[in-house]
Amino acid sequence: MAQAPKFIGAPIKRRDDPRLIQGLAHYVDDFNPPGTLHMACARSPYGKANIRSVDVSKAAAADGVVAVYTYEETKGIGPVPVGAVLPDAKVPVQPILADKQVLFAGEPVVAVIAETRYGALDAAALVEIDYEPLDAVVDLEAAIEPGSTKVHDDYESNEAFKWGLAGGDVEAGMKEADVIVKEKMTNVRVAPLALEPRGVLAHYLPGEDKMTLWTSTQVPHKVRTLVAGQIGMPENRMRVIAPEVGGGFGSKLNIYREEALAAFVTRELGVPIKWVESRSENFLTTIHGRGQVGEIEMGLKRDGTITAFRYNVLADCGAYYQLLTLAIFTLTGLMLPGPYKIDNIEMNATGVFTNKVATDAYRGAGRPEATYILERMMDIAAVELGMDPVELRRKNFPDKSEFPFGTSAGLSYDSGDYHLALDRALEAADYPAMRAQQEEARNDGRYLGIGFSTYVEICGMGPSAALGGQGWESARVRVEPTGKATVFSGASPHGQGQQTSFAQIVADGLGIDANDVTVVHGDTDVVPYGVGTFGSRGTVVGGSAVVYARDKVRAKMAKFAAMEFEADENDIEFEDGRVFVRSAPEKSAGFADIAMMAYSAIALPEDTDPGLEETHFFEPSNFTFPFGTHIVLVEVDPETGDVEILRYVAVDDVGNMINPLLVHGQIHGGIAQGTGQALEEEMLYGEGGQPLNASFMHYALPKANRLPRFELLHTTTPTDVNPLGAKGVGEAGTIGSTPAVVNAVIDALSPFGITHIDMPLRPERVWRAIAEKRA
Amino acid sequence: MIPASFDYVRPQSLEDALARLGEHGDDARVLAGGHSLLPVMKARLADPGVLVDIAGIESLSGISESEDGITIGAMTTHAEIEASASVQGRCRSLAEAAAAIGDVQVRNRGTLGGSLAHADPAADYPAVILAANAEITVAGADGERVIAADDFFTGTYETALGAGEIITSVRIRASAARGSSAYLKAAQQASGFAVCGVAARVALDADGAVERIRVGVTGVAATAYRATSVEDALTGAAPSAESIRKAAATAGEGVDALDDFYAGADFRRHLAGVYAARAIGKAWIRAAGE
Ligand SMILES: Cc1cc2nc3c(=O)[nH]c(=O)nc-3n(C[C@H](O)[C@H](O)[C@H](O)COP(=O)(O)OP(=O)(O)OC[C@H]3O[C@@H](n4cnc5c(N)ncnc54)[C@H](O)[C@@H]3O)c2cc1C
Repeated sequence: MAQAPKFIGAPIKRRDDPRLIQGLAHYVDDFNPPGTLHMACARSPYGKANIRSVDVSKAAAADGVVAVYTYEETKGIGPVPVGAVLPDAKVPVQPILADKQVLFAGEPVVAVIAETRYGALDAAALVEIDYEPLDAVVDLEAAIEPGSTKVHDDYESNEAFKWGLAGGDVEAGMKEADVIVKEKMTNVRVAPLALEPRGVLAHYLPGEDKMTLWTSTQVPHKVRTLVAGQIGMPENRMRVIAPEVGGGFGSKLNIYREEALAAFVTRELGVPIKWVESRSENFLTTIHGRGQVGEIEMGLKRDGTITAFRYNVLADCGAYYQLLTLAIFTLTGLMLPGPYKIDNIEMNATGVFTNKVATDAYRGAGRPEATYILERMMDIAAVELGMDPVELRRKNFPDKSEFPFGTSAGLSYDSGDYHLALDRALEAADYPAMRAQQEEARNDGRYLGIGFSTYVEICGMGPSAALGGQGWESARVRVEPTGKATVFSGASPHGQGQQTSFAQIVADGLGIDANDVTVVHGDTDVVPYGVGTFGSRGTVVGGSAVVYARDKVRAKMAKFAAMEFEADENDIEFEDGRVFVRSAPEKSAGFADIAMMAYSAIALPEDTDPGLEETHFFEPSNFTFPFGTHIVLVEVDPETGDVEILRYVAVDDVGNMINPLLVHGQIHGGIAQGTGQALEEEMLYGEGGQPLNASFMHYALPKANRLPRFELLHTTTPTDVNPLGAKGVGEAGTIGSTPAVVNAVIDALSPFGITHIDMPLRPERVWRAIAEKRA
Repeated sequence: MIPASFDYVRPQSLEDALARLGEHGDDARVLAGGHSLLPVMKARLADPGVLVDIAGIESLSGISESEDGITIGAMTTHAEIEASASVQGRCRSLAEAAAAIGDVQVRNRGTLGGSLAHADPAADYPAVILAANAEITVAGADGERVIAADDFFTGTYETALGAGEIITSVRIRASAARGSSAYLKAAQQASGFAVCGVAARVALDADGAVERIRVGVTGVAATAYRATSVEDALTGAAPSAESIRKAAATAGEGVDALDDFYAGADFRRHLAGVYAARAIGKAWIRAAGE
């Protein structure tokens, strides 16, 4: 682009918002083709049980019931796909409906198809399943003890896999250390809880031999390829549409049983089949995130130099794997050194089966776990060394001149200036004043705490080879005959706002108004084969594909303009809806006039075909590594254990920002979710494997009234990994916030001699920690 | 989830509503704001055959003030109570309890009568009802009767309400000349219900000594209760922050407390002491100042 960008970088409001706010958006459940039948499942109430018998006669005889399916009728459907693999991992086969055993509460056993949703649910309640309840494996650490009750009867133990990652020499690093700090920490299981639960509507037209599958997903093409495979249908006879999707957070980066089931049933019955998840089902059967318990050791010199970092961890898999279960904790390993120069690292992970739904990608997916343990250890070490936590962090940062920075975990951080982000945050927070305020409060018997997290994360997933395939993204840009532009993206936004930001990208390159650009995504019959939206890749990878496709179209338009103006195609400029010759600006035409020329095709430039439509598949050369500093001020009420966040200052460097409003929205939500994990969230199971808090009346999501105004600032260190210089922002807030909040609470409680409390820091836990120290 | 199917009637008079309840007996349930009943039905923990919606009965709504107190219709919503100047002036703790219930949507639909009849052990109002020594007027096939606060809550989800009876109103005497009240709670982060809620109502004599005090505690035990040990310890003397703290510490003592993943029994007993001290302290300062 020759001119300064007009739209890129502008805080333009999301064009999705008016329809979302007014209830005019169309989610899966809003589609009701005539003749739609409804599916409901009878599900296991037990963590583990033998199924002695299944009697569906009453359900089948109920009013309005059309069909009933059990394992027998559906065993031809391929098992739930597992995408990520590890050498030597045991891979249990996850059937579509349970056969002889159920292995987690919520596992579907029978599917009932009825004329109404009510009827289907009522009939599902009439299915008689004779269960023999068995001991369930709930606790991660107990599960791996020799002789533990087993999840899978035919495996020797609950060990799913062993995986390790090492860089440098940790033993030598520990020997070199003056101080070794150790702690055991838990990243509890949390539920992603997208506001729109999952849902699927499958409609097979026998005449056309063609199926349309509307599903609430982040990865429509993956669903098409994999679900078509599961039911034995050529994938090009299936059209997958991800309509409006009300959030995913990784939970919809997956292929679930109900998708294949609905696709199978509609092909059998030839009528549309709809299933929409209830919130209870969402708690039970949609993947969970996190779920790590580990022991951490960190060696340091007296001057604060970190010499070694080791993490021995148990990773909770659940009973079966979902698509990426086996990949998540490898991201923890890769990000173990964080933003510090740690030459010697080691992670030893043991995967553990439990009688619970699978864990998988949840906003941050492995990185929040790494950042949490590392940032907590930094504070523990600072106390041990008598250093200010800020100084300890600074001491170990690489300088900006050291980028690209190679880490001991084997990654190359693209660009960064960690000192600058920290400086900016300290200044915004007025750190000395904050400490003074803390001191003053302590003298009044009040407990204020300041928490830091200086984080780096891995985004823009990612080079295909590094991901084990499919790290690219596709885009097609079409300039219409009337001069409007349409973007067809292989990414699948579900709340991120790329309908706006991709329009900004195209508008700038073509010199047209962003309102003249429409962005289409989430329909496999319409957009080029795509990968989807996850891993903070939508803009970084998907947006980059848009840039290249846009530039191809622009180059082609320039040829038509050059022909018209009898000028050199390299001398053609696009600005404010006009196309003109740079060296002779009086030679000018409307953007739409040139577009129409390409479609009328009465005259064609040499070696040029009609039309203005170009596709690009963008393969990134590396991941991107956004970073930042979060500073949190809290007050803890020692009598009640209540935590109140008084201030939240965040400096995030996400590279170039296409739209700062969207960036802020992502950071707001991310901080809220990360704070939820720090203070409130935790999936709890009773002894039999039944969830104890699987409802919004029991499971606390962070609410607006528990959060302060966020003070957001940025530094901008572009990346050269992609043409936008953007690094990705979908997960930064979640990753940065959790340790900052916990560190602040622990700092507040330091007068009691408390150095660590496991999340979530619910009032009782905080109160108990104080009571123990007081006793 | 989705409730089992049911019939629905909406009578326009109290007599008609009572007749419907009589007609359907155990199979009928009163529907007020629906914010306790419908969740229970959706979870299929209750499946009444008939809902008798009392929202159409005008006489059950509204707040009226008299010389010595206020009368609040059973169908008055939490939001109306929260916003009422009469309630704020005559029984501040009741306005505070209403404001502390759930969220805006719940407060716009849920009613005083519904909350009392439901008698959730973690509901907010019961603490205030006990502290304020409120009188609950109920109507049944045999006419009206008045139930004293101390007799109303009989167990978890259990009250002195008889079969087929409808709560019509709640009467609360105004605070004494040198008296006031306060309600404070620790809310469960997910539901917003009280893990511990304490209402204190204090009347001071001319010398500033405590003439009367009542302390109601909710969320801690299976039923809301009065912390009589605290009341006794503070009655008759001029309070101080120290004496309040000492007396209040017994608010949870010996109580058979609820125990769940969110808050263990000992934590709840501890909170009862902390919140009793804070609520009494607040009521006292208001009483002394007003
Ligand atoms: C998300 C959520 C959060 C909540 N948080 C809180 C909270 O923090 N604190 C709190 O105290 N409550 C809370 N509640 C409960 C709320 O206050 C309810 O509104 C209240 O408990 C019931 O009032 P209702 O008018 O909705 O009654 P309904 O649900 O209509 O009825 C409840 C019961 O009372 C009976 N009933 C109703 N009216 C009468 C009457 N006049 N006479 C006789 N019987 C009657 C019904 O038959 C039924 O058994 C919450 C509810 C929800 C859904």
